Amino acid sequence: MLDLTFETPKPKTIAGAKHDWELVIGMEVHAQVASQAKLFSGASTAFGAEPNSNVSFVDAAMPGMLPVINEFCVEQAVRTGLGLKAEINLKSAFDRKNYFYPDLPQGYQISQLYQPIVGEGEVLVEMGDGTARRVRIERIHMEQDAGKSIHDMDPNMSFVDLNRTGVCLMEIVSRPDIRGPEEAAAYIAKLRQILRYLGTCDGNMQNGNLRADVNVSICRPGAYEKYQETQDFSHLGTRCEIKNMNSMRFIQAAIEYEARRQIAIVEAGGKVDQETRLYDPDKNETRSMRSKEEAHDYRYFPDPDLLPLEIEQAWVDDIAASLPELPDDKKARFIKDFGLTDYDASVLTAEVESAAYFEEVAKGRNGKLAANWVINELFGRLKKEDHDITDSPVSPVQLGGIIDLIASDAISGKIAKDLFEIVYTEGGDPAEIVEKRGMKQVTDTGAIEAALDEIIAANPAQVEKAKVNPKLAGWFVGQVMKATGGKANPKAVNDLVAAKLGL
Amino acid sequence: MSIDQSTAAKVAKLARIKVDEEALPALAAEFNTILGFIEQLNEVDVEGVEPMVSVTPMRLKRRADGVTDGNQQAKVLSNAPDAREGFFAVPKVVE
Repeated sequence: MLDLTFETPKPKTIAGAKHDWELVIGMEVHAQVASQAKLFSGASTAFGAEPNSNVSFVDAAMPGMLPVINEFCVEQAVRTGLGLKAEINLKSAFDRKNYFYPDLPQGYQISQLYQPIVGEGEVLVEMGDGTARRVRIERIHMEQDAGKSIHDMDPNMSFVDLNRTGVCLMEIVSRPDIRGPEEAAAYIAKLRQILRYLGTCDGNMQNGNLRADVNVSICRPGAYEKYQETQDFSHLGTRCEIKNMNSMRFIQAAIEYEARRQIAIVEAGGKVDQETRLYDPDKNETRSMRSKEEAHDYRYFPDPDLLPLEIEQAWVDDIAASLPELPDDKKARFIKDFGLTDYDASVLTAEVESAAYFEEVAKGRNGKLAANWVINELFGRLKKEDHDITDSPVSPVQLGGIIDLIASDAISGKIAKDLFEIVYTEGGDPAEIVEKRGMKQVTDTGAIEAALDEIIAANPAQVEKAKVNPKLAGWFVGQVMKATGGKANPKAVNDLVAAKLGL
Repeated sequence: MSIDQSTAAKVAKLARIKVDEEALPALAAEFNTILGFIEQLNEVDVEGVEPMVSVTPMRLKRRADGVTDGNQQAKVLSNAPDAREGFFAVPKVVE
């Protein structure tokens, strides 16, 4: 296995006034399942609809309405579990988590506390410096999302939209294996990448389709290792949970702030209270959500409206057989089959669409050359205009055509860049464009020789200088390139110049 | 298990049911009667017995993933004491 070659990264250390401290982080990631309809109703999950238009009477909790589970949501949860190398529980069950809030009309959220659908798995989090953290997954369960409250439309009222109410979420719970803000961000990024490969969540953090609750505690160096040996939490500090963050940058800033806050409390002889906190990006601080504390008594009980969810091993096997190639495997294959560097393979496999694009370009061609063109030229150009690979004006066939022209010496690398720009802005078949616009590289030594002879004849002084100082031969090469409109084969020109000047 | 007055008050608060101070002793006593009755079940040995979730051998009913419901904003809001611009309007709740 590829991952065995990774070293474990060093945990982040923060120097307090008295000693050094380490961070211990566990995350609960809420990922919205990519499905057409909600978990227990037939209302749409589409984002950005008219308020309260994607709402069935089940979602609105009208009396007498009963939940009926969406089988595809179950399939997506199982697929996610398999993608995280986790055990799948053939029997799981739904529980009610009771609390009152205006955007939760049922007065409870249907969740899976006691018997989740997915058990223990893992995520390999590469840090980009050759190290990688193996983060254990404790469980994944399915649950309903709540609605949305808007507080800024009226000074005295809150406005409630139930469109999101009842949309299926997967809550992916990690063990406290993450050891710093950067690792936390890398973990989210890796999880997002896997979910997008699997197609089980679109990973859109801005829309809140992927968001995280982050548990942070601090400990003295050495204590964490004792926890790992014994799995005894008493070796770790008291944790605080920072709720509902949907930006990698804020997650890192919040962890950093929270760790320093806890260090200050403990070093001053105080005690950290286990509590739920909220991160305020404007002030860059976390603050206590005291109102949540009392409500923490959720009085879970099995949902009497829903029988246990029993699935068959054969069905799970079918889903397993349909899993796509996952990021770690794809990256390893790109390195091996196309001779790419670790970095290039990471860039190309970051998004499944980029990987597919690259593979189409690289098929039957030089992998490294293809990687260079996709990463440096295409990605660079797309980024400039804030385009995604999926709306690239240059198709893999067109880019492959350009690379073929370079590989066959039909055009020079410099002309290839001009050609790329033409294909990008105007479209068309690269080979045809080269033919029509006379961009072909001049490899005919006769033509190059003629041009060179003219230049030599016109510049006797330069010839004398170059014979003394061979570095000046470059001037002749430049003049020939200029005379041929950049189409002369640079290697042929170099050779001829050297021969003619007798260097 | 025995329920005292403060537990009764807490349960009432969590359930958002207003209970007057003077009604709490009677409420606590009533809880205790109910729990006492249920506690008799503890006498039954259920070691190794699977919990029964249904009296008929039924499988959880499933639904295909398709949009079959919704687009009824007016109906959804029709029972709301206050609704504005397609939203339920409720007294301000801010964290």
